[in-house]
Amino acid sequence: MGHESTAGWHRQVRLPSERGASRTVTDELLEQLGAHGWSAEEVFAIHLAAEEAIVNAIVHGNKLDPAKCVAVLCEVSTNHVKIEVEDEGDGFDPAQVPDCTLEERLDVPSGRGVMLMRSFMTRIEYNAKGNAVVLEKRREANAN
Amino acid sequence: MTAHHRIDVSKVGDVTVVRFVDKTVLDESSIHELGQELFGLVDAQNGRKMVLNFSNVEFISSATLGKLIVLDRKVKTLNGRLRMCHIRPEILEVFRITKLDKLFDIRDGESEALAAF
Repeated sequence: MGHESTAGWHRQVRLPSERGASRTVTDELLEQLGAHGWSAEEVFAIHLAAEEAIVNAIVHGNKLDPAKCVAVLCEVSTNHVKIEVEDEGDGFDPAQVPDCTLEERLDVPSGRGVMLMRSFMTRIEYNAKGNAVVLEKRREANAN
Repeated sequence: MTAHHRIDVSKVGDVTVVRFVDKTVLDESSIHELGQELFGLVDAQNGRKMVLNFSNVEFISSATLGKLIVLDRKVKTLNGRLRMCHIRPEILEVFRITKLDKLFDIRDGESEALAAF
């Protein structure tokens, strides 16, 4: 996955397709977001988006196959965060995920991850195959 | 008494008040355990009245939302009533985005949640 090298911190890891593996990278991501001055609300939003993307890749993408890994790239600077997550699965079409906010789907217990990522990040883009996603959040410049 | 690891359970009159032990529940086994404890509580009490107090909860993901949806459905099926309270703004925003604030009965504080029964 190509990326701009504008970040103050970056980390590239390959996670095993195991439940709970996201902690390996999210703990450090949270620490770096704080160190780069992101607010508690922004940290919550980025944490949620990263968690949803990585869990989707492990569970739905790689289907917990121990032979497959999830590649994660995180970049954090004071005004920009980029997270790339790629699995080794067959991919999916995010446009086909039903709208979880429809009245008749409100009590369906799954299918909210993509919507939350879209809502909390500035940009979210899947590749054509649907097995890799780029999440970006930009912070508005402060007047001071 | 059933042992709970993910929730603290108390009674206020005839209402069961549940507080979450963890600030963040993320790994699948913990989410599963949380779900089982909540569902078991509803089964044991045949639904009735329950308040979920989120004062200790700092983070929630869609997997936990799924458990709350199943819990809500279970309580409603048994003609019980479920209220949620003390939800921090970031988590409330998650409920708003997903429109779960329309499905769940959300109150500001525990006293408001209790008074609503």
